[in-house]
Amino acid sequence: MALLEVSDLSIDIAGIKPLDGIGFSVDEGRILGLVGESGSGKSLTALSIMGLLPLIGGRVERGSIRFDGIELTAQPEPALRRLRGRRIAFISQNPMTSLDPVMRVGAQIDQVSRLHLGLDAKAAAARSIALMERLRIPAAATVYHHYPHELSGGMKQRIVITMALSADPDLIIADEPTTALDVTIQAQIVQLLMELVRDRGVALILITHDMGVVAQACDHVVVLYAGRVAESNGVKEIFAAPRHPYTKALIRCIPRDGMTPGSLAGIPGSVPSVAKYPSGCRFHPRCPDVLKICPEAVPPLEPQPFGGAVACHAVAARVTHG
Amino acid sequence: MSAEATFTPRRADFRRSVAGKVLSTPKGAIAGAYLFLLVLLAIFAPWITPYPYDAQNLQVASQAPSWAHWLGTDEFGRDVLSRIIYGARTSLSVSTTAIAVSVFVGMVLGAAAGYFGGLLDRAVTTVVDLSWSFPEILLALILVAIVGPGLHSTMFAIGIAYLAQFTRLTRAQILSLKGETYVEATINLGASHAHIVFRHLMPNALAPVIVCGMLATGDAIILEATLGFFGLGAQPPVPSWGAMMSSGSALIFKAPWIIIFPGLVVAISVIAINLFGDALIRALDIRASLREV
Repeated sequence: MALLEVSDLSIDIAGIKPLDGIGFSVDEGRILGLVGESGSGKSLTALSIMGLLPLIGGRVERGSIRFDGIELTAQPEPALRRLRGRRIAFISQNPMTSLDPVMRVGAQIDQVSRLHLGLDAKAAAARSIALMERLRIPAAATVYHHYPHELSGGMKQRIVITMALSADPDLIIADEPTTALDVTIQAQIVQLLMELVRDRGVALILITHDMGVVAQACDHVVVLYAGRVAESNGVKEIFAAPRHPYTKALIRCIPRDGMTPGSLAGIPGSVPSVAKYPSGCRFHPRCPDVLKICPEAVPPLEPQPFGGAVACHAVAARVTHG
Repeated sequence: MSAEATFTPRRADFRRSVAGKVLSTPKGAIAGAYLFLLVLLAIFAPWITPYPYDAQNLQVASQAPSWAHWLGTDEFGRDVLSRIIYGARTSLSVSTTAIAVSVFVGMVLGAAAGYFGGLLDRAVTTVVDLSWSFPEILLALILVAIVGPGLHSTMFAIGIAYLAQFTRLTRAQILSLKGETYVEATINLGASHAHIVFRHLMPNALAPVIVCGMLATGDAIILEATLGFFGLGAQPPVPSWGAMMSSGSALIFKAPWIIIFPGLVVAISVIAINLFGDALIRALDIRASLREV
């Protein structure tokens, strides 16, 4: 059984439904890429798994989130709090602001193991410094005593990752962990996350809109569009043979070697706002392959003959008719 | 490792520290030196003062300043300088204790209201705004009238009188800090409410509240003197600047030094605290957050 299984997840935030029947699963030692433009529901999915929807006035309306056999949607807040940071860790997208400016970074890392593993100050400090060294933070014992403003962005993100790892979690959710960083640092951080998954056997959900990062790091990809799964498949398959028009468009947006100026594609239009989702397939107003049925019926997420699943009328028509 | 792994080494750079910034301005340095001296005098009063504060000598009653009595004597022949120094003890201990307790209670109330919101917030805000609508002096007079005169009731009255502003300031701080990413990040670590409030929100909200408390201490000295002037504060023979001025007011033309010198000390002390507070605001760069009160 997969470590995390999300199925048919729909959420409700003050009457609007930004997620509609999302489903995917992650195994230990695997990296799942959750891809989509801003507003497609990636971060809300993460928030749902963390059990933090009530914080923004939302709730799970339907579906289940099973983590290691535990139904998270049925857990009371104290039980979720014991899981958060302990077994499910979260790395936020902005390392610049996710550290407390008036607390030394060492103390911030310490608080995780003190909170969840019951370590005393000395043991927590030793553990934190050892972990920082394993994440190749140079002069870890010195950096331990620094305040966040004294560190560079890449270093801060390493500290945030150290915090996430401090209680030895089974699942890490990284919400665009490299967006705020320089390109060179981005590659290092992605490399670091990949090593963690390989060495420690944790499961990683990598939320990103950077298809380059997906190609480099992920084992499996779930493409979200406007709160629904558009396509899901192994990373090789999805890049070799994208089937959903939205996935195809996303892949065309990746810059490549040998491109002539002006040939980098975009996707016309933008993700519709939650309040004004189009009827039927939500991608149909932007879709190049739109059929007559698209505005009328919601395409179901159909498993495909050669693996993966796609929610698209045009793909379904091609499969049945030839 | 790579170039991104560099970081600025920590070193104690006094000129860039808060204390350094405060003391490098003339205002801050002079005010700081005066306040430091005042505190020293108050602490070491028994060893410094030329006379005991309650030593009466009617043979030298109401004498003008002289070499024997630098600031003159009062109507009982007590040394005004000695009484001012002892008065600093009363004034400083009453005002700082009252404000410290008030800051602490105000921070807890304000943090709880700002963090949890809802009914608690509305209850705290209503009570605080109600007391905010009274001038501090009036509120303090009412409270002392209820609990009776004396040093303890003076502290109590001062503490309550300034509670509203600390509560409001902390609440405003917490409201704006609550949305910070690092608070969300801490929630994601599975931290409890108490942990978030006490370890992360309060330390970040501290600077403006401390400065506000510092400035309020100046006002509290005036309030203490006022209550003392009305005979509601320190009871004789405990010396207090306000009570000294009160007794001196009867002799304002015959022996003006009895009222003038304590009055001057009150004025200079309050000005010094305000100048120091201003320098502190500048050094901590928190003008904007103080405007919220």
